[in-house]
Amino acid sequence: MDLILEILSIPLVQSILKIAFIILLFAMPLGTVLTLMERKWSAMIQDRVGPNRANVGNYTGNGLLHLAADGLKSIFKEDTIPQGANGFLYLIAPFFGLIAGVATFAIIPIAGPIGDFTFQVTDIEPGLLFIFAITSLSVYGAVLAGTSSNSKFALLGGTRASAQMISYEVFMGLALMGIFMVYGSTRVSDIVNGQNEYWFGNLIPMWGVFTQPLGFFLFFTALIAETKRAPFDAPEGESEIVAGYFLEYSGMRWSAFMLAEYVAVAGVAVLMTTLFFGGYHVPWLHLWESAPQWLVTLLQIGKFSIVTIFFCWLQIQLRWTLPKFRFDQTMSLGWKKLLPLSLANTALTAVVVLAFM
Amino acid sequence: MSLATQQLSSLVTPPPQGDSDTSIMKIEIGPSHPAMHGIVRFTTYLDGELIVGMEPEIGYLHRGFEKESENSKWIQVVPYTDRLNYVSPLLNNIGYSMAVEKLYGIEAPRRAEFTRVIMGEISRITDHLTCVGAASMEVGAFTFFLWFIKAREYLWELVEEVTGARLTTNWTRFGGNATDIPDGFFDALQERLDKVKDIMDECDKLLTRNKIFIDRVKDVGTFSKEDAISFGFTGPMLRACGVPYDVRRADPYSVYDEIDFEIPIGSTGDCFDRYLVRMEEIRQSISIIEQAADMMPAGPIMTDERLMHYPDKKEVYGNIEGLIDHFKLVMEGHQPPEGEVYLPTEGGNGEIGFYLVSDGSGDPVRVRMRPACFNYVEAMPAMTVGHYVADIVPIFGSVNMIGGELDR
Repeated sequence: MDLILEILSIPLVQSILKIAFIILLFAMPLGTVLTLMERKWSAMIQDRVGPNRANVGNYTGNGLLHLAADGLKSIFKEDTIPQGANGFLYLIAPFFGLIAGVATFAIIPIAGPIGDFTFQVTDIEPGLLFIFAITSLSVYGAVLAGTSSNSKFALLGGTRASAQMISYEVFMGLALMGIFMVYGSTRVSDIVNGQNEYWFGNLIPMWGVFTQPLGFFLFFTALIAETKRAPFDAPEGESEIVAGYFLEYSGMRWSAFMLAEYVAVAGVAVLMTTLFFGGYHVPWLHLWESAPQWLVTLLQIGKFSIVTIFFCWLQIQLRWTLPKFRFDQTMSLGWKKLLPLSLANTALTAVVVLAFM
Repeated sequence: MSLATQQLSSLVTPPPQGDSDTSIMKIEIGPSHPAMHGIVRFTTYLDGELIVGMEPEIGYLHRGFEKESENSKWIQVVPYTDRLNYVSPLLNNIGYSMAVEKLYGIEAPRRAEFTRVIMGEISRITDHLTCVGAASMEVGAFTFFLWFIKAREYLWELVEEVTGARLTTNWTRFGGNATDIPDGFFDALQERLDKVKDIMDECDKLLTRNKIFIDRVKDVGTFSKEDAISFGFTGPMLRACGVPYDVRRADPYSVYDEIDFEIPIGSTGDCFDRYLVRMEEIRQSISIIEQAADMMPAGPIMTDERLMHYPDKKEVYGNIEGLIDHFKLVMEGHQPPEGEVYLPTEGGNGEIGFYLVSDGSGDPVRVRMRPACFNYVEAMPAMTVGHYVADIVPIFGSVNMIGGELDR
């Protein structure tokens, strides 16, 4: 027993356990369930039933078994490589997006620390700058897939994807400058704890969405554009360039792209929760001073999950409600409207912070 | 000579493909491609994302309608016409039958004509619903598409009640219709039309003033009046350019001159105008159906001219003339008098014209159909060159190419 505790107290072991916990029990399941959630929810919007056929015996789980069926199907499908494709690049491209999506979760705390133990893989000093670095990596997935497939449609999609993602990263960073200034740090735990303070006594929590309303919209827009989902899905452009950069993929590699998309959706949701909705902090919980620690932790995980699922739902709702932008409209929206707005937001926040804080 | 006609030769000709010229990318869009509704191929030349040249290639769905018709009896052509414009089959049935009636010089009874107006307008609505829905789906409004398909489903159930089939209707005959409307049809009709109206209102809220949608379709595929006329545009495409030409008004056939309706027109002829024109035409068609349902007279649905339809069994067995008519119809089929006619009718997609030649025997000498969307596809290079590759989607969606009608 002592030995186990001793092993568990080694930081490296802890980190590995947390990584396993967050990836295997949070990020991947959420991404997987999102695929079904999206199909079911879009079916509800469109007066359809949605997937309900996969079954074991008579049990269908209201479509839940489709997750297993889709996974099995993808694994057993032939993994094709088109003629003239650059084999190595073609084979590794699907995993950039997936790795980048999962890595986002590394710096997200999903509950408050208990003693020395944090519910966060690592609380690195650069914090959100790490996110920017990682999302830049996911561009490679699209670009490599687009260029190595030896298909003109994929090439167009890859070009669009790289242009769009690089452009939107510019003001994604700028949109967060306000948050950095208000909470005085790029470290995630500082930002989360900063949001646990209150205005007017205990009336309004200082959540990012209240301190940075414009930053909230800008960052959310930028993140949706980063995930390449509707209304910013010109890189996939299913109606004109068929499926864009992953047109030629099949089987599990194709699934890796899809999964990466959904993990990215979940990543957007946890980022929004952490940066703008108080992270794991349950508002006004500090008023109940005698709350047992285990209950607080459970409530925190619950609150974090609910807000996360809300943002996942919001993205699905947006995708099935809005038409999509043309590629050049996406770019002009980014550079001509959102970038100046981000700059204005940054300048305004700087003035306010200097004057009042 | 208008601008588009002058440019046409240079547009359909591919740009030079010199060895040193690597800036132009040739890309084959179609024949099997999500945006190519039927099967059609556009060899597109791109400079980056900009379209600099395009060659449409049609004929992938050619199945020899005209030649097949020449080897059939006149009445056997009716089921072939179902498959022409397969999103509004009844309008083809009606167009063909009315052309043959013109050849004969007879008219269908008034009840048959009013029924044709109702069923024809239902088909026009299904046509527009399909076109607008599919075009919107391709710019990303997938929900909108499925809502429209739901509305279309209500109407196709009505079509099924009357004709017995959703698509392969084979409903009109020469001098009348195969079936009369069933009991309780008008109640069902009114209920369905109300549902369609509700869906239209809902979709209006969702899409018509949506900024993203307007950005995608406004000023895309703009076409001037003169160009539209010189390309031979008809129907919603021409009206969107601002020409109030509608065969139902310009050359009234059936009982359209007794019915009050408006012809919506656009101003610039871009994809947004085409969308609005079609949406308004759906509303006008609903109004036409309601008026025709109110004015519906009682009476027969088939002409009592001889040799147009099988006589009653009582006549066949009890009367020598009935027996002869029956024999001649079975053995020789309909024998319209010698001559040729062209009858334009307003299809869902534009002017559907049937040009028929008869030599007085039981077989058609020539059955030629004027497809509305042939001219639109021909104008695709003129509409798309200079736009982005993503604009092919709304432009081609608004063209509403129907392979069955185009390739015949």
